[in-house]
Amino acid sequence: MKIPYYPGCTLKKDALNFEESALAVGKKLGMELVELPRWNCCGTVYSLASDDLMHYAAPIRNLIRAQELNENRIVTLCSMCYNTLKRANLRVKDDEEALTTLNEFMDREEDYRGEVTVLHLLEILKDEIGFEKIEETVEVPLKGLKIAPYYGCLLLRPKEVGIDDLEEPRIMHSLLESLGAEVIDTPYKVECCGAYQTASNKEAVAERTYSILTSAAREGADAIALSCPLCDFNLDARQETVEEKYHDFERMPVFYFTQLMAIAFGLDEKVCRFDLNYVDPLPLLSKINGRDTLKMNKKKI
Amino acid sequence: MRHKFPVNETQSKFTEKIIEISGQNVRKCNQCGKCSAGCPLADQMDLLPSQVIRMVQIGDTSVLESKTIWLCASCFTCAVRCPQGIDLAKVMEALRLQSLRKNIDHVKPSAIPEIEKLPQIAVVSSFRKMTSS
Repeated sequence: MKIPYYPGCTLKKDALNFEESALAVGKKLGMELVELPRWNCCGTVYSLASDDLMHYAAPIRNLIRAQELNENRIVTLCSMCYNTLKRANLRVKDDEEALTTLNEFMDREEDYRGEVTVLHLLEILKDEIGFEKIEETVEVPLKGLKIAPYYGCLLLRPKEVGIDDLEEPRIMHSLLESLGAEVIDTPYKVECCGAYQTASNKEAVAERTYSILTSAAREGADAIALSCPLCDFNLDARQETVEEKYHDFERMPVFYFTQLMAIAFGLDEKVCRFDLNYVDPLPLLSKINGRDTLKMNKKKI
Repeated sequence: MRHKFPVNETQSKFTEKIIEISGQNVRKCNQCGKCSAGCPLADQMDLLPSQVIRMVQIGDTSVLESKTIWLCASCFTCAVRCPQGIDLAKVMEALRLQSLRKNIDHVKPSAIPEIEKLPQIAVVSSFRKMTSS
């Protein structure tokens, strides 16, 4: 299966650990994520003002790129790109006048017809690959790892773009279960990490990070799994700021869900790009029951 | 904080403007407080989200001076829980735009600490929400 893939800016730099692990995991599952040609930044946030059509041009232009390939869908990995592309798409599908204005404005592009569907990789894994097949693909079950899935905001809200239940999502829980991990449910799984406040007000974000991670630790989690590069930065790199304020705080590794899939599938660890994780997850990974033995056996063969 | 009715013409113009830009009928709010109860950043705000809505209802333009409208992270928790169907995130955006559309930046890009360490997504979204560009 081939599917057009929209990476977005951060996946090409700070979140290469997300992109490279996702591409490798997709390949293992027989799915090729084909990068869209000439994509541009989606704008990261969906414009919330009713009279601000200008900011829909960037996301819609990316959908035209898919349309030019005669494709009727695209997949994203980043939760923010997913939300922005999907909301802009729904807006122009519902609002013919807005679509006409945008098409006239982008007069060097072919007209967008509103026929592309925006999907998140988690949806494809659940609905097209299936968690059963993922379970069958696992070579190194993540036994002994206690992982708390963290959904954040933009995979779920607002309702018209949410990939799962607004308050009690299960999609990442099910995925991690199929990888053999022990899934830890936490009350903060759908609570905001502070998002873009991180640029000008990192203290506000550090408070969120502290609450989210200490709650996960209280529930017994060893690590967090997530799907958004901004949540990742706030929950992972901002632990440095948390440590300065809360001396009782203990660091917790944060994974993209695709990194955990790559480990469970027994792929070369290089695809996980753990060098880009802030909190080193390797000591934790060495605790996976049987992982070291399995690696050694492979070497012997 | 107490506010008196009736409002004068300037005040009701302000309310109308926010309703128009946000597309949200703030008059439907009956102050149940669910937005404030669930807001993940409420503990750091000077006005609770429900108080912001109240001030917009009565046309109190001093709401534009509050920290709250800039602390809102557009997480949509309030929006999906509001029993009256008001998308508060859109109201907060309309309030921010009152100064951003006059080319007044809330955050100066040059003043963002350690900007080189931030992921691209943080820089762009921060600029989109807090600067006039």
